[in-house]
Amino acid sequence: MTTQVEVPELGLRASLRYSWRQLTSMRTALILLMLLGIAAIPGSLLPQRAQNPLAVRDFYKNNPDLARFVERLSGFEVYASPWFSAIYILLFISLIGCVLPRTFEHFKAMRALPPATPRNLSRMESYSIFTGKGSEIDSARSWFKKNRFRIREESSGLSVEKGFLRETGNLFFHLALILILIGVSFGALFGMRGDSIVNVGERFINIPTSYDSLTFGKLINEDRLEPFRIEVDKFVAKYDPVTNAPLDYTAYVTVTQADGATKEKREIKVNSPLTFGNTRVYLQANGYAPIVTIRDSQDQVALQGAIPFLPQDGNLRSIGAIKVPDANPQIGFVASFLPTYSRDPKQGGISVFPEALDPKLLFSIWQGDLGLDSGIPQSIYRIDTEKMDRIALDSLKPGETFNFSQGSITLEGFVPWVNLQIVDDPGKSYALVGGIVAILGLLASLFGRRRRIWVRLTPSGEVEVAGLAKNGAPGLDEEIAGLVSYLKEER
Amino acid sequence: MQTTWAYISNYFVYSAMAVFALSFFAHAFETAWAVKAPELAERSAGTVLQKTLDYKRTEKAARIATAMMVLGFILLLVGIVARGISNKHVPWGNMYEFSITGALAFTGAYLAALRKHDLRWLGLFVSLAVLLTLGTAITLLYRDSAPLVPALKSTWLVIHVIAAIISGGVFLLANVIAGSYLYLDSMERKGGRKPWAKRLPDLETLDQLSYRLVAFVFPLWTFSVIAGAIWAESAWGRYWGWDPKETWAFITWVAYAAYLHARVTIGWRGRRAAWLCLFAGSTFLFNYVYVNVWGTGKHTYSGL
Repeated sequence: MTTQVEVPELGLRASLRYSWRQLTSMRTALILLMLLGIAAIPGSLLPQRAQNPLAVRDFYKNNPDLARFVERLSGFEVYASPWFSAIYILLFISLIGCVLPRTFEHFKAMRALPPATPRNLSRMESYSIFTGKGSEIDSARSWFKKNRFRIREESSGLSVEKGFLRETGNLFFHLALILILIGVSFGALFGMRGDSIVNVGERFINIPTSYDSLTFGKLINEDRLEPFRIEVDKFVAKYDPVTNAPLDYTAYVTVTQADGATKEKREIKVNSPLTFGNTRVYLQANGYAPIVTIRDSQDQVALQGAIPFLPQDGNLRSIGAIKVPDANPQIGFVASFLPTYSRDPKQGGISVFPEALDPKLLFSIWQGDLGLDSGIPQSIYRIDTEKMDRIALDSLKPGETFNFSQGSITLEGFVPWVNLQIVDDPGKSYALVGGIVAILGLLASLFGRRRRIWVRLTPSGEVEVAGLAKNGAPGLDEEIAGLVSYLKEER
Repeated sequence: MQTTWAYISNYFVYSAMAVFALSFFAHAFETAWAVKAPELAERSAGTVLQKTLDYKRTEKAARIATAMMVLGFILLLVGIVARGISNKHVPWGNMYEFSITGALAFTGAYLAALRKHDLRWLGLFVSLAVLLTLGTAITLLYRDSAPLVPALKSTWLVIHVIAAIISGGVFLLANVIAGSYLYLDSMERKGGRKPWAKRLPDLETLDQLSYRLVAFVFPLWTFSVIAGAIWAESAWGRYWGWDPKETWAFITWVAYAAYLHARVTIGWRGRRAAWLCLFAGSTFLFNYVYVNVWGTGKHTYSGL
């Protein structure tokens, strides 16, 4: 047998209201919360472009088909993906829809009197009854006042309530989460973040062209850069002689403030960035830049300077490229810089210590087209040797020169470089305040105890005491026992 | 001098292992004899089986087991402090050090909970888990005492890591209790508890206890995540970057938040709540094992 169910047509307003109720229901919020947790998982298993672009490139190289599929699902940008955003936006709407009405209710409840005493107190928890002398109500009142209960006076007794902190804490916790989200989005919209490699002895001026990479929030532009200059005077790295692990990095810098006149000496370390207003400057990485001079066949200097190389391992074996586009034909050096040179039978030249104890520059020289005009962005650390021929292969110690058919290369020496990361995150203080309020709210909501107590004088002269704890909060029995013994002693 | 302290530390950790092993055997003895002794006594007296069980005979073993657990805790604590002295910094620089401290936190959580609740039945499991953790730490994860890398040189190391380790210890204890709940629950469904399980607390108590532990430590975990964010801001230039460790800390947080909401607001109890608790706890373990050993990202301090 089938039953026909009449489904009433829902008008637009009704169905909107229905969807809103569904979205703000606790069950939906819980499902969204779980979904958010699950949706965060793929981002920790797949390489993410924002965290590790090189790993994404390798993924593409190794599994091109899978990579395209993953890309279509935003798998390399999980935390910026539409589906991840959809979940947390819905969750926060649901949260707001849940918390705001409760806030108003709570506000009203806090200002309202405690509810009237129920008729039958003996059904309540921790009920007790004893014969009184008549003064119990007054002494109960003073006990409640001393313990800061909110009191409702009734003809036959008192109805009191305490423990609003629990709900207050709960609401503050959830409002604080909204504040954190505001902080995060504020930072994303109005912040900036950039990196710049600066050789020791050189100067960083905070203008867009000084950066190797620079990204701005969606709603600001480069007018907002804090005007300061940093001169890197010295960089000291200390390493453990046994494990080769780094012990300390310090960059000694001279800072010129916005006014252009105030100069001061400062230090930047890994855990202590420099601060300029809202902008902070971090020491994020370091490496070596070999100083080379390249001369053409007429002994004219074609290129001279310190060229930053990219570290490949803990012992700072670094790779790099020296490009001479003005030579005819063009010349490129595919090189590696080894701060403490050693030879490994399998890998060839390696570095065995990160400090420059026995530095050596290994290189191969290539002739042909560097591909700089092809329009494809080129890495400054690599050379595309497809349209080039190798004409020589050698190594140099500082001070040495190598002559080849088109000229010569001299390794003059080397300087360390530091990678300065410059960050302006105007939202982070909101997130911090949100975090602190969230913890305080959480503590209040988990350990606060909301309870009601009633004291009543029956017509026969007996005193009834009873209580009710919300959410089964513990400790009510003890509290009421304390009150009862207080009342009895007062007689 | 530095290596002397490292040796002292190792001796203390080894002794702690020996003492935990004794505790394990004492717990095992207690569990085994608690089952057999009354049955034999009843048979000889010719009475009917299935009376209330008598644990007087095993009481001594139980007390020894707990005493050994306390002693093991103290030895391990000394071992960790000595490791810190040999390092000249808090001993949380690699996974060996995290693991022995984690074992300490787990034992500590158990002993603290033991003061308020009758949890001695869990001792067998706790001592075994601690033994396995210490064994793995000594054999697979051991690294010589070494200075901290620059990124770890911060006061936040102490604050962030201690909060994370304590939270972890309590989360795992809650997990063990939720696991026991599920096991005992399925045993009861299949027709009642086996004799050895009779003296374990009833399901309602277990259910409440795992919830209390989570509710107690969830704010601390929140604090640990936030302290980590504050530290990351000064070390890495951002307070949140979806680094794998951060992502899994977030997942753990969300999972426990869901657990608390499910209990408090929707009223989940029993099996469903226990499964959710187990899931949340396993995200924490996964974070510790997977991200430290195989993971990438900025939190790779395992030294492996």
